[in-house]
Amino acid sequence: MSDGVILAAQDLTKEFRGFFAVNGVDLSVQRGSVHALIGPNGAGKTTCFNLLTKFLSPTRGRITYNGQDITSLPPAGIARLGMVRSFQISAVFPHMTAVENVRIALQRERGDSYDFWRSARVLSVFDDRAAALLEEVGLTEFSDTLAEELPYGRKRALEIATTLALNPEMLLLDEPMAGMTQEDIDRISALIKRVAKSRTVLMVEHNLSVVADLSDRITVLARGQVLAEGDYASISKDERVIEAYIGGGHE
Amino acid sequence: MAGESDVVAAAAMPTVREPAWMPRHHLVLFALLLAGLLVAPFMLYPIFLMKVLCFALFASAFNLLLGYGGLLSFGHAAYFGMASYVSAHAAKVWGLTPELAILSGTLIAAVLGLVFGALAIRRQGIYFAMVTLAFAQMVYFFSLQAPFTGGEDGIQAVPRGHLFGLFDLSRPEPLYFFVLAIFFGGILLIYRIIHSPFGQVLKAIRQNEARAISLGYQVNRYKLAVFVLSAALSGLAGATKAIVFQLASLTDVYWAMSGEVVLMTLLGGMGTVFGPLVGAAVIVTMQNYLASFGDWVTIIQGAIFVIAVLLFREGIVGVIAKWTKKPL
Ligand SMILES: Nc1ncnc2c1ncn2[C@@H]1O[C@H](COP(=O)(O)OP(=O)(O)OP(=O)(O)O)[C@@H](O)[C@H]1O
Ligand SMILES: [Mg+2]
Repeated sequence: MSDGVILAAQDLTKEFRGFFAVNGVDLSVQRGSVHALIGPNGAGKTTCFNLLTKFLSPTRGRITYNGQDITSLPPAGIARLGMVRSFQISAVFPHMTAVENVRIALQRERGDSYDFWRSARVLSVFDDRAAALLEEVGLTEFSDTLAEELPYGRKRALEIATTLALNPEMLLLDEPMAGMTQEDIDRISALIKRVAKSRTVLMVEHNLSVVADLSDRITVLARGQVLAEGDYASISKDERVIEAYIGGGHE
Repeated sequence: MAGESDVVAAAAMPTVREPAWMPRHHLVLFALLLAGLLVAPFMLYPIFLMKVLCFALFASAFNLLLGYGGLLSFGHAAYFGMASYVSAHAAKVWGLTPELAILSGTLIAAVLGLVFGALAIRRQGIYFAMVTLAFAQMVYFFSLQAPFTGGEDGIQAVPRGHLFGLFDLSRPEPLYFFVLAIFFGGILLIYRIIHSPFGQVLKAIRQNEARAISLGYQVNRYKLAVFVLSAALSGLAGATKAIVFQLASLTDVYWAMSGEVVLMTLLGGMGTVFGPLVGAAVIVTMQNYLASFGDWVTIIQGAIFVIAVLLFREGIVGVIAKWTKKPL
């Protein structure tokens, strides 16, 4: 395996009672790249994410991260290695404010927080950094708003801020721009570009102009299998890809 | 009283938005609670008050798990009851001083919590509840059979002894203030747990477990930790009760006791600091005044519970918190 590969999967397969949501997928993500995973609805993109981060156990296949076999690691263990995911359905802590959401992630820096005898005020050391992260995603004015009260696009932005708070080596973003206004999309695109300079990003995204703009490499998935792989120019000309998108009834 | 002067000091300094260790309205409520409990024995039967205090601590410990850990246990009588037996046995047979007897009971509850909790948290939701119930039934049958628990008779005539070998707890005043100190210390500890870095993680896990995992939190360890804390504090309540009533019996490990603590917590308001205290006070008072109705108590209790749940699902304190828009 080449030094440039940070995350690799071989023969990744997930079967749900006879239905193969992901079927023999080989994937390798170059360190420092932005890699997009696209495909029609139901192609198996989210399932792939769940397998790579071990929120689901693969039926078959092997996953390596930085050369280490992580196939049998628990999901929290994978996050601890520096590979952090976001979710397609916005995943925030609904009854916490935006700043508290980000702080929960920053709190991981202390290691484990089993110290039940200490006041939560010790967490105020993270306030400045939480504020800075919220500013990066344009949420400063919402810092004290409960996450559940944020509009959908803002929730997504909060999720990204929370993910970035862990300072992960690799980010897996599942449709980060879904439900955002164009203005938000531009801001988050710029942010992803910025953070990707020192990190690896694997993302699922339906907005093809975002994909074209951000990604170095694209893997197209359809019916659980890899259909094509390459840069945007080659992918967008690929007959099978066009076929799958039209056949899959997408957009 | 120290608590009240703090309140005055905080009120006199408008620049300080919040007192150092808790929001002002909590500080006021704790101060009022303590003040009330200091004068209460002059107006109400101390034995009744101590029963309320023991159950209020038990319900608060249970609420730590349910309201803040998001875990519904149907077997908390195991920790309450077994601690009660061990405390009674330690005081009566081993001749330990009351604080050491209570400590022994609390430790046993913590150990039981560690073992049962480690096995139960592998299951989710209703299955978790069933596993905790199953373990509690095992503890019940053990208590029924084991020689040291005295079977149907329980352990009776437990000596109250001398606190630290000095203060005679057979006198009502020292006993009451001893129980009050345990209760208040326990409640403040629970309050601190909820408002600690650990408590923040629990809150996150309860609100979105998958997200907490994806941030690298090993959620099962946090669940186990809160389970053990809850079991230990339930044990503290049970162990204290054995000294107060000089009795440990099957009632304390019976499944109905597990149900009662659920009832107290829901009636008062789960996930609130003061709810379980109110719930426990209401239920214990009701049992006292309705005692003459015999078996009807259970039915009346059930009816009140149904009405309460239908009228205010958040519980008494939960509803007040909603009205006043302040976490209580
Ligand atoms: N837990 C599950 N049990 C059974 N089938 C599942 C499960 N999860 C996903 N599937 C099925 O697997 C297929 C792939 O789903 P997946 O969510 O991975 O698609 P996707 O590419 O992320 O689609 P979308 O673009 O709509 O998000 C779908 O047909 C889905 O119904
Ligand atoms: Mg998906």
